[in-house]
Amino acid sequence: MENQPKKMAIIATKGTLDMAYPPFILASTAAAMGYEVQIFFTFYGLQLLRKSLRHIKISPLANPAMPMPVPMPVLISSLPGMQAMATKMMKGKIKKKGVASLEELRDLCHEAGVKFIACQMTVDLFDFKKSEFIDNIEFGGAATFLEFAGNTDICLFV
Amino acid sequence: MNFDRELDARGLSCPLPILKTKKTLNELASGQVLKVIATDPGSIKDMQAFANQTGNPLLSSTEENKDYIFFLKKK
Repeated sequence: MENQPKKMAIIATKGTLDMAYPPFILASTAAAMGYEVQIFFTFYGLQLLRKSLRHIKISPLANPAMPMPVPMPVLISSLPGMQAMATKMMKGKIKKKGVASLEELRDLCHEAGVKFIACQMTVDLFDFKKSEFIDNIEFGGAATFLEFAGNTDICLFV
Repeated sequence: MNFDRELDARGLSCPLPILKTKKTLNELASGQVLKVIATDPGSIKDMQAFANQTGNPLLSSTEENKDYIFFLKKK
């Protein structure tokens, strides 16, 4: 094996429960396999860096591939409470099947040395406060990401 | 097979068996053997890939009553 570790860069742009998993799963696993990893969180992906992840939800709306216990017309999916119900169902399934929680995966990423970079422009755009985010993250822009991404073996947009 | 440490990863899904394997390997000395028991069918291929990538040899990979049993040697 070469002395230089392999590298992976991920751009996380989504802030829903389902789309929060791929960046954290791949980053934690890559780090465990000896990769140097950075995740750049931008737009809705920035939600994944907030201290609490309890607001991360999944919606059955505009998501026809989501398995439901009973077939559900789109109009029903749009009713109040449906998003909360779908989120509760999904979290229940996640726990039952021994899938890690988002918090657990995020902690494992941190422990394994994955570098988290928050998009400064998005922070400003949505008027986030830096105090809303977890510790040990950096703030940067496109150039910061590209400097690292330009020398990676794997580069993903999620 | 003799081993120095055992990791019970039963009931855990991807990527937890691999992440816990890595964490436990960190606590072992070079040459020591870790036994991992998992129930995730994906771990058969994943453990081999992990071993190939990290250079910690996978000494054996077997199945016993729906348990997948791996022996990894720390490099």
